[in-house]
Amino acid sequence: MQTSSQPIERMIVRRPRIRWGHLATIVGFLLPGALIYIGLVLLPVAQAVYYSFFRWNGLGPLTNFTGLANYTRALSDRVFLLSLGHNLQLIVLSLAIQIPLALGLALLIRGLTRGRAIFRTIFFMPFVLSEIVTGVIWSFIYRPDGGLVETLFSSIAPGFAKTALLADPKTVLYALFVVITWKFFGYHMILYIAGLQNIPTEVEEAAQIDGCSRLQALRYITIPLLSSTIRLTIYLSVLGSLQFFDLIWIMTTGGPVNASDTMATYLYKFGFQRFQLGYGSAIAVIMFLICFGFSIAYQTFAMRRDFE
Amino acid sequence: MNVRRRLVTLALISAVLVLAACGGQAPATQQATSAPAAEPTKAAEQATSAPAAEPTKAAEQATSAPAAEPTAAPAPTATPIPLSTIGTGATKIVWWHINTQADQRENWQKLASAYVKDHPDVSIEITVLENEAFKAKLATAMQSGSPPDVFQSWGGGVLKQYGDAGLVQDLAPALQQNGWGDSFQPGPISLYTFGDKIYGVPWNAGMVGFWYNKALFEKAGIAQPPATWTEFLDVVKKLKAANITPIALGEKDKWPGHFYWVYLATRIGGRAAFEKAYAREGSFADPSFVEAGTKLKELVDLQPFQNGFLGAGYGDHIALMANGKAAMELMGHWAPGAERGAAKDVKTFNANLGWFPFPSVEGGAGDATDALGGGDGFAFGKNAPPAAIDFVRYLTSVENQTAMAKAGIAVPPVVKGAEAGLDDALLKEIQSRVAKAKYYQLYYDQYLPPAVGQAVNDATQELFAGTTAPEQVAKTIEEAAAIELVQ
Repeated sequence: MQTSSQPIERMIVRRPRIRWGHLATIVGFLLPGALIYIGLVLLPVAQAVYYSFFRWNGLGPLTNFTGLANYTRALSDRVFLLSLGHNLQLIVLSLAIQIPLALGLALLIRGLTRGRAIFRTIFFMPFVLSEIVTGVIWSFIYRPDGGLVETLFSSIAPGFAKTALLADPKTVLYALFVVITWKFFGYHMILYIAGLQNIPTEVEEAAQIDGCSRLQALRYITIPLLSSTIRLTIYLSVLGSLQFFDLIWIMTTGGPVNASDTMATYLYKFGFQRFQLGYGSAIAVIMFLICFGFSIAYQTFAMRRDFE
Repeated sequence: MNVRRRLVTLALISAVLVLAACGGQAPATQQATSAPAAEPTKAAEQATSAPAAEPTKAAEQATSAPAAEPTAAPAPTATPIPLSTIGTGATKIVWWHINTQADQRENWQKLASAYVKDHPDVSIEITVLENEAFKAKLATAMQSGSPPDVFQSWGGGVLKQYGDAGLVQDLAPALQQNGWGDSFQPGPISLYTFGDKIYGVPWNAGMVGFWYNKALFEKAGIAQPPATWTEFLDVVKKLKAANITPIALGEKDKWPGHFYWVYLATRIGGRAAFEKAYAREGSFADPSFVEAGTKLKELVDLQPFQNGFLGAGYGDHIALMANGKAAMELMGHWAPGAERGAAKDVKTFNANLGWFPFPSVEGGAGDATDALGGGDGFAFGKNAPPAAIDFVRYLTSVENQTAMAKAGIAVPPVVKGAEAGLDDALLKEIQSRVAKAKYYQLYYDQYLPPAVGQAVNDATQELFAGTTAPEQVAKTIEEAAAIELVQ
């Protein structure tokens, strides 16, 4: 008797009485944010999806319904697949080089007894520059005539063949990746430094008293404790690489011959320069799905622990 | 400690998730800054301005569309120029132009004042916009269906798109009155003519040809500018042998290179080949267009361009020519003007400046007088009052055109008789060639619909990079044309 009556009683007690004032407060707080989010994010996404089913140049009414033709065109277009490939290449390079570099520097800076702030500032500086400024600066550095790279190499190795890294389809993506790394490693580094500051020194000290080497301490104590930050930087790095635009547009406009096109530069070229807004929308939707899919998957599998 | 870290990380994550998953930055900033902990929040703030938002930015810039505007001779005036209204009449004409240089701007202002004086019922609201800003603003105005009454146009495919959408006025009836239409040279006004409709009028027009450095030609022992393609290739070889960079080319921007292919196609296939392909009775994969690619490949194989030309923009191109670092360039009538601004020694630059038309191709169907060119003009929004047309008619009167030619503003002029105002010998020659051209073709990247024009630019860049065979280049352009040119 006792056992069965109790849940019923609890249900009666906990039957929610709608407190209108309370609800109004919640709605009042949510509404402005929700309106902005719906108006500036969800609605445009829905609009893009709608446009993507039409052949449309942006002028006049939408009349030419083409179903999924824009999507099949994108997925069978050599240049689009090439662009997607470049995005994937940038992801791999970022994860393999940029993230370890940032982590290594963060660890080095933590080990310093003096000048931490100076180094931190120096390394973080490029990130503060706008991508446009970065692009212009590095275009000068890569100039084939009298640029820093060319001057440097020809003075180290006399008779060195003139380098035009941005003009060669074989080297352009790597040349850009150097700039991307230069620009963004400081950002990841700052995140790591913040993460490292929050690792209690007692844990590492205790491990060292127990006879653990520095390498072992790094491997078994520091990195695991930093794992949530690492997961975060990987997440940011991948999404950033998927959406890269400004820097590449300034430095190469995706060229030469599509050798540095990314999905975003491809979208700009086709959607806006060629006035094919329907097709451009389809590209945007594909990009969105890739980012969204990655986001959901990564949060579900890799970042779940961080939210608990 | 741990809690703090958690909070920061959470704030960061929430900030980043909102925007990183493609889009909207606004709400995120607030969240990030509301996180406790001092130092790391800075990072969080930064995070929001981080890489994520690229596509939206692209969208903003979006409308500033075709970067490849040959007419965009760089005139960087950073100061925003306020609009001004001239006159107080009830009939208002909204006028957008892009002539930001002081002398040109004042010229328009002066002419507007003079017009309003004689027509007190009219007022003219002038908005001066920088080239790219103009294109962005115009595209928005067009998409919202409210174009300005009078605005800058280059004619060609973009204007035709506006015309097809019923956003601009057909001037054909107005041009028939009192011989206004006949006052223009036929070539320039043909750029605004589409079948029996005329969507605008020109106020200057020039042509593309080779600008060269006489001193460098002399140094390489070249006595005369080349007249045929074979001679031209010989000139390139001689310059190379003399250790001079034969040709400056900013091929990153693509449109400077597309001139070569288009001119070769014009020389080889002539007007007929292009018009057939455009009317879809022929194709851009026809032999004459493939042949244009093959001829261009002959040139590219000689490696005549400066080191790293594929990564160089038109700005680099200008600097090379301005300072005698390359012997020649294929460029429009605006080139010397742009280069004088970049020349370290303007006197030497002027003294060495020469011009010759694009060489003829042996056995080609095109006439040697056929010219590739373009210029500036005005088009009229669908709601423009009749006074707007009358006003532009006034601007293009032979008196005003002559005065503008004299002042170096309408160069070369387009109204018959106005060439009397020109005194620059080279511009005079260009003007007379434009006037005499049997076939005056606008740059393909302007004439064709944007999608095909950009395809031409993209595909010809592949020829310059040597990555694609001429047949494939012609086929790529044809594929774009096949989609866009069917109506």
